[in-house]
Amino acid sequence: MYNKKVLQHFKSPHNFGKMKDPDGIGRVGNLICGDVMWFYIKIGNNKKGEEIIKDIKFETYGCVAALASSSIVTDLAKGKTIKQALKINQKEMITSLGGLPPVKIHCSILAVDALLEAIYNYLIKNKKIISEELEKHHKRIEREEKIIEEKYKEWTQIEEKIHDSKE
Amino acid sequence: MKIIKTYLDYAATTPVDPRVLKAMLPYFTEKFGNSVSLHTFGQEAKKALEKTRSIMAKALNAKDKNEIIFTSSTTESNNLAIKGIAFANQNKGKHIIISSIEHSCVLNSAEWLEKQGFKVTKIKVDKYGLIDPKEIEKAIRKDTILVSIIHANNEIGTIEPIEEIGKICEKKKVYFHTDAVQSFAKIPIDVQKMKIDLLTASSHKLYGPKGAALLYIKKGTKIEPLIHGGGHEFGLRSSTVNIPAIVGFGKAVEICKKEMKKESKRQIKLRDKLINGVLKKIPDSYLNGHPKKRLSNNTNFRFDYIEGESIIMDLNSYGIAGSTGSACSSEKLEPSHVLLACGLRPEQVHGSLRLTIGRWTKKEDIDYLLKILPKTIKKLRKLSPYVQ
Repeated sequence: MYNKKVLQHFKSPHNFGKMKDPDGIGRVGNLICGDVMWFYIKIGNNKKGEEIIKDIKFETYGCVAALASSSIVTDLAKGKTIKQALKINQKEMITSLGGLPPVKIHCSILAVDALLEAIYNYLIKNKKIISEELEKHHKRIEREEKIIEEKYKEWTQIEEKIHDSKE
Repeated sequence: MKIIKTYLDYAATTPVDPRVLKAMLPYFTEKFGNSVSLHTFGQEAKKALEKTRSIMAKALNAKDKNEIIFTSSTTESNNLAIKGIAFANQNKGKHIIISSIEHSCVLNSAEWLEKQGFKVTKIKVDKYGLIDPKEIEKAIRKDTILVSIIHANNEIGTIEPIEEIGKICEKKKVYFHTDAVQSFAKIPIDVQKMKIDLLTASSHKLYGPKGAALLYIKKGTKIEPLIHGGGHEFGLRSSTVNIPAIVGFGKAVEICKKEMKKESKRQIKLRDKLINGVLKKIPDSYLNGHPKKRLSNNTNFRFDYIEGESIIMDLNSYGIAGSTGSACSSEKLEPSHVLLACGLRPEQVHGSLRLTIGRWTKKEDIDYLLKILPKTIKKLRKLSPYVQ
């Protein structure tokens, strides 16, 4: 079902764990659906003075595809300028993994979303300019989360309690 | 570290017992005849078929061997039972009762009948997956024609009180079907004593080959065939009869019956070692299903904060085979309806793990599992945002 590369990332994921004082956090997914990803980023500057993703970490609850895609996206983003990182898309991620089973594509999208959300969170917190495209992405992610919340209304209240008790 | 191939998914399917294979082999080559042919070749096949029918009737304590018909699978037997009874008895009524933890082939057959104008009531279960027979008695109406209740659930191994349910159905004059695929030849079944009208059993769950199953149909039961053709199996299931597989099924049942008592005792010991070991070694772990009314080979756990497909695939990298009710592992991407019916929340279902033991499971297999599984759970929890 999964190729060797995906299983490698699953077995020994890169860049996982918590981050102390992150500059941006992206939280996407839904526990009820079975995939939740939290991405943390630290921003620094390269020699040219451009802002780069100096460090990135993830925590993911989910299946093999969710874990492997989190790992690969953090690999792809690490060291890139914010501008470059925002260009990482689903296609690039799946190609880097050497492909994913079709039924698993939907959960891998979350990894790209988590990265975008972490960058968005950093930009908003620091009152920086947000491109129209990123704003569009952010709105879409918000919209999708609302749809899921609506779908699983009866369950989400319980879920929030778990969140609260764990945070 | 040395990887040890450890199969703990016997509820999914079992390897063919070498004794079964040996019994089957002549029926592929020298005894290859078609059981409906008149010549010696055909009659040889026919003899094997009828002998197997007798073995099955005896194993179920059926009155007559001709109450057994052979099919290709559990799914086929269950489809025939549900739809066959529905079509043949619709002039009496169009109401069917099943439970909320039936196998998907019963569930989906009943749901398909709903689209054809039948009414279906799904009986709820308690947190252990147990059905209260009183609930069935309450649900039976004037137009009820069939009650179909699983004998032992395939996911959580809970054994249902089918004798009580059978007696209620007899009293109310409603056909009673039970899917006994996980229990047949593992725990005693007596169709007469248990008041069962129809019963499904399958070969590949008990060390026989895939491609053979049976449906017990009590004499006098009104049922319509689903497959029409040459009139095989008393006109209830046309198709050339799969003699080698059926012979294997028969041999497998004979072995199971002979070894049942001893094997069940041995498995219960291993099962309880597995359950106690997991619950003791892994924090935030729980047992799904009933602690006592449970198949001797079934364990089902859930672990908070992690997802089941990841558990399966991590275990697989150590050579261990298990299964999960997580949505991610199912083709429909929906969490197990059985565990949801037991009152678990979807995220609890995602973290479920079923480990089922069998004839070749040894103490060493359980020891190996108990060494690996805590590591797997710990590792995945380390990746999870829900663990501090």
